[in-house]
Amino acid sequence: MKAGLPAVTAGREVNLALKDIRHNLGRFLLTCLGLSLLLGIVLAMVGIYRGLIEESLGLVRAAGGQVWVVEGGTRGPFAEASRLPGDTRIAIAAQWGVAAAGGVSYQNVEAQLRGQTKRLLVVGAQIARPGEARLVDEGRPIIRSRYEAVVDRGAGLVLGEQIKLGRDTFTVVGLTSNLVASGGDPVIFITLRDAQKLQFDLTPAASRRESVRSSGTAGTTDTVNAILVRLMPGVDAKRFAQDITRWKHLAALTQEDQETVLARSVIDRARRQIGLFTTLLLTVSTVIIGLIIYTMTIDKKKAIATLKLIGAPDRRIVGLIVEQALAMGIISFVAGVALINAGQGYFPRRVLLELTDAAMLFAVVLVACLVASALGVRTALRIDPASALAG
Amino acid sequence: MAEPPVVEVRRISKHFGEGPARVDALREVSLDVFPGTVIGLRGPSGSGKSTLLNVVGCILEPNSGTMRLNGELVYDGKWLRADLRGLRLEKIGFIFQSHNLLPFLNAWENIAVARILAGAGAAQAKGRALELLTYLGIERRQDAMPGELSGGEAQRVAIARALANDPRIILADEPTAALDSPRAAAVMDLLRKVATERRTAVIVVTHDEKIFDRFDHIYSLRDGALEPTRASAA
Repeated sequence: MKAGLPAVTAGREVNLALKDIRHNLGRFLLTCLGLSLLLGIVLAMVGIYRGLIEESLGLVRAAGGQVWVVEGGTRGPFAEASRLPGDTRIAIAAQWGVAAAGGVSYQNVEAQLRGQTKRLLVVGAQIARPGEARLVDEGRPIIRSRYEAVVDRGAGLVLGEQIKLGRDTFTVVGLTSNLVASGGDPVIFITLRDAQKLQFDLTPAASRRESVRSSGTAGTTDTVNAILVRLMPGVDAKRFAQDITRWKHLAALTQEDQETVLARSVIDRARRQIGLFTTLLLTVSTVIIGLIIYTMTIDKKKAIATLKLIGAPDRRIVGLIVEQALAMGIISFVAGVALINAGQGYFPRRVLLELTDAAMLFAVVLVACLVASALGVRTALRIDPASALAG
Repeated sequence: MAEPPVVEVRRISKHFGEGPARVDALREVSLDVFPGTVIGLRGPSGSGKSTLLNVVGCILEPNSGTMRLNGELVYDGKWLRADLRGLRLEKIGFIFQSHNLLPFLNAWENIAVARILAGAGAAQAKGRALELLTYLGIERRQDAMPGELSGGEAQRVAIARALANDPRIILADEPTAALDSPRAAAVMDLLRKVATERRTAVIVVTHDEKIFDRFDHIYSLRDGALEPTRASAA
C-alpha cells in the first residue's frame, strides 16, 4: 500500500442486504411496522384462543369435581340442556366412594350495574360442596345461605358492593380472577337456592295465575343442571361414572370427559374461526412481504445487473434478497410480539401468550419469508447482466 | 509489438433471430487489443458496438469465430456460465455510462465489493479500495454515498471499482457521455494513466468526438462489420 493512505480498520464484510436496508430505511421500517401489526394480530388471535381454552376449562376445573352426573342421554350443561331433580344429589352422595356431592346450576343473566347492562354467568352451588367458588383471592367464600355472591373481577364489582339479580339484591363477599364463561361473561357464584329462585321465581301476578292453573300444586323448582362428585382417594372416576350411567335416567362424565366435551362443542368452533383468520392474516403477510421484496428487487434491477456483470455469483444475489425478506420477517415479528405484550391488557378477552405459540409463529414467519422471497429471487436471477451496460 | 494481445477476436459473428427477422449484429469481426493500449470503438446506434462489448466482456456467446482472453480460448463450449462470471471478475473491469455505482454502498464499499466478490477479506478489500481512491485522487470522498458525488467523482470511483481486481482489460461503455469536456478529458487521462502504468488494455465505446484524439487506435463499426482501423491523431 502506498504511503499516506488512511489507516485500514479491520471492517466487517460488506453485507449488501443490510446496506440496502439502511439506504431505504424509512420505507423498510414502515413496511415492518405494517407487518408487525399483522403479526401482532395473528399472535393476539392465538393468544385469545389460548385464553378462551384457559377460561372455559378454568370454570370446569374450578368446580373441583371428579365426576359430573348429568341428565341421562346428555353430555352435560356445557354442551346441551341438562336438568336433574335436586334430590338426586342425596342418592349420589350415598354411593360408595363418594367423598362429597353438590348440585350446581348455570344460567346467563343480564344485570344492571352502575347504569350499564352486564352479562353474567350465574353459578348456583351449595355451600362447602363441590361446585362452590373455591379460589377466592379476595374476601371470603359464601357462608350465608341467602343473598351473598362471589364474583369474578372481570365484572368490575368490588367487595361489599351490591348487585340486583332478578328481584333479589346480592352483596359481593368474595372476588375471583379469570373465571369467565366460554363466551367471556364473568362468573358470579350464588347459593343454589338463590339460583333456583332466580331461575324459577315468577312475578307475583304470574305466580298467582300459575297457582290457580295448577290447582294450588305448583311444580318443584328444586332442579339442578349437574351434580358434581368428589371421590374418596383411590376410587376410580371412570369406573364410578360407568356405574352411575347404569341408572337409566342419569349420565356421568369424568372431569376429563367434561373438558373434552367442552373443548369439542364450545371451543372447536372458535378454534376453527380463529384458525381461519390466522391463516388469512399469515397469507396476507406472506403476500405483502412478497410484494415488498419484489418491488425492492425491481428497484435494484440495475444494481443487480451491475453486480452480475462484475461477477457476483447467483448465491450472492439470492442472499441479498432472502436476507432482506428474513430481516423484514424477524423485525416485524419482534415488533409484533412487543406490541401485543404491551397491549394485551386492553383486549376485551383474555390474551394468553405462550412461548411455544410464539416460537411456532416465528418458524411460520421464517417459512413465509422464504416463500415470499421466491418471486424476488426469480426476478433477480432473470436479470440480464448485459442490461447494466444499457445506458 | 512484443507482448501478446490481451484480447484476440477472430472472425466473430453474432446474429439475433432467424429467417426474415434475423439481424446480423456482428459480421466476422477480428480485433487485437494489446496491453497498455487505449482503443476507441465508435459507430452509429445499432452498428454492433454493444454486442462486441458484450462478446469481449464474456457476457454474450458469439455464433461463430473465436476469442482469446489473456491467451485463453473463451467460447469453446467448455466454459460454464459461472466460469465466465469468474473470468469477468478476475480479468475484466467494466466502466459504465452512468457509473452504475451501487446506491446503497459508499465510495470505498463500492470498490471493495468487487474485491470481496473475488474472495478477499473485508480488511484487505478496504485497503485496496483506499489505495485505488488515493491513486485516482479522490481519497477524501471515501465515505461519500454515490448520490453525494459529482459526475466526475462518481466516474472515478467506477474506474477504481473496475481496477479493484487488477483486470487485464477494461471495457468502458460511453464513460464520458454524462460529463462535461474538462471532466471527460480528466477521465480519459485516468484511463490512459491506468493503461500506461498498469499495462491494462482499455476498450472505450464512444460517440464523443471530443475524446477521439485520446485513443491509440479507433475502430468503426457499421452494420456489424469492423471498418479498417486508423491510428488516432494522438
